[in-house]
Amino acid sequence: MSQGATINLKDQILNGIIKENTIFKLALSLCPSIAVTNNLKNGVLMGVAVLFVQVMVNLTISLLRNVIQPKVRLPIFMLVISGWVTVTDMSMAALVPDVYKQMGLYIQLIVAFASILARAEMFASKNKFIPSMADGIGMGIGFLFALTVISFFRELLGKGSLWGMHIVYTKPLLILILPAGGFFAVGILMALFNWIDARYMKKTSPVSH
Amino acid sequence: MSNEFIKLFELILSASLINNFVFTRFLGLCIFFGVSKKMETAVGMSITFTAVMMISAAMSWVIFNFIMVPLDITFLKIIVFIGIIAGLVQASDTIMRKITPGLYYKLGIYLALISTNCIILAVPLVNAGEKYSLLESLAFAFGSGIGFALALIIMASIREKLELADVPAPFKGLPMAFIVTGLIALAFTGFSGLITL
Repeated sequence: MSQGATINLKDQILNGIIKENTIFKLALSLCPSIAVTNNLKNGVLMGVAVLFVQVMVNLTISLLRNVIQPKVRLPIFMLVISGWVTVTDMSMAALVPDVYKQMGLYIQLIVAFASILARAEMFASKNKFIPSMADGIGMGIGFLFALTVISFFRELLGKGSLWGMHIVYTKPLLILILPAGGFFAVGILMALFNWIDARYMKKTSPVSH
Repeated sequence: MSNEFIKLFELILSASLINNFVFTRFLGLCIFFGVSKKMETAVGMSITFTAVMMISAAMSWVIFNFIMVPLDITFLKIIVFIGIIAGLVQASDTIMRKITPGLYYKLGIYLALISTNCIILAVPLVNAGEKYSLLESLAFAFGSGIGFALALIIMASIREKLELADVPAPFKGLPMAFIVTGLIALAFTGFSGLITL
C-alpha cells in the first residue's frame, strides 16, 4: 500500500469493490454470502449492515490510532467491532423486525468477520480519517455488491420473484433457495469472475499468469 | 433421567447431522475452505476446534447465567463472548505450542483465526438464545464440534482426490470447492426431518 500524500480516494473505493472484493476475490466472510442470500431483501439489508459496521469501525480505529497501544491493539479492535455490531444488531431488531427474525444470528456474527478486522488492522490503524472512511466505504460496497448479485440470481431463479414480488411465472428452480443451491450459486459466480478476470487480464498484462 | 439422556443425545445428533453448522447454517466457511486441503491438518483442526468450543460454551454459559442475567446486562453478550473466546484461544495457543509443537507449526495461523470464527461464537449465542441448561449447552457444543469435524474430514478427503482431477480453468481452486460443498450439502439435506426437536 503506497503511503504517498496523494492517496486517490476514488481508487481507494474502487479497490474494495473490484480488486479486493471481499467475497469473490479474497474469499473471506463467506458465511453470510450463502446464509442470507436466498432472497434479495435479506441480502441487501445484510450488505447495508456490514457496510455500516465497516465504515464506523474504520472511522473509530482511525481516530484512535495514536492512542491505542500496539501490544493490545487486537483486543481493542475486537471491542470496537463488537460495540458497533451491537449497535447494528439492536437497530435492526427495532427497525426491520421481520427480517431480523430470519437473520438475527448472522447480524450478531458480523463481529467475527475476518474482513472487518483485517481492514482495521491493515488500513485504518495506519491511515488518516478520510482515507480510512473511503476504504471502509469501498470494502462495504464491494460486499454489498457481492451479496446483491448472489441474492438477485438466487431469488430470481429459485423463487421467480424479486424483493418478494413475483415476476416470472414458470416453475422455479427450487434448488437455488435450498442451502445447497447457495454453494452452487457462489461457486458458479466465482468461476464467472475468474473467467472475466482471466480474459481481461490477458489484454492488459500478458506477463501475469 | 433416561428421558434427559435421550434429549441430550438428540441434541448432539441434531447439531452434528441435521443442523450441521457448515452445510445447513453456512458458518465457519473461511476455516472450512482454508484447512480442508489436507487430511492431517483437517484432523488436527477439528480436535482443537471441538475442545475450544466445549470449554468456551461452558465458560460462556456460567458467565451468562450467573453474572449477566442477574445484572441484566445480556445485551452485552456479543462483547463478553468474543472476549472469553479470544482469551481461551490465546491460552490454547500457548498450551499447544508447549505440548505439540509439530502440530502447532502446521496449524499456525488458523489457530489464531479460531477467535474470529463464526461457529465458535455462534454456539454460545445460540445457547444463550435457546436458554439451554449447562448439560444441554455442552451437548450442543460437542455436537457442533463433531459436525464440523465431519465436514472438514469429508471435504479434505475429497479435495485430496480433486487435486488430480482435470477441472476447467476458471473453476480451479475455490469455485470447485464450493460446488463440491454444495453436493455434500445436498446429501446432508437427507438428514432433515430425522428428529424434530
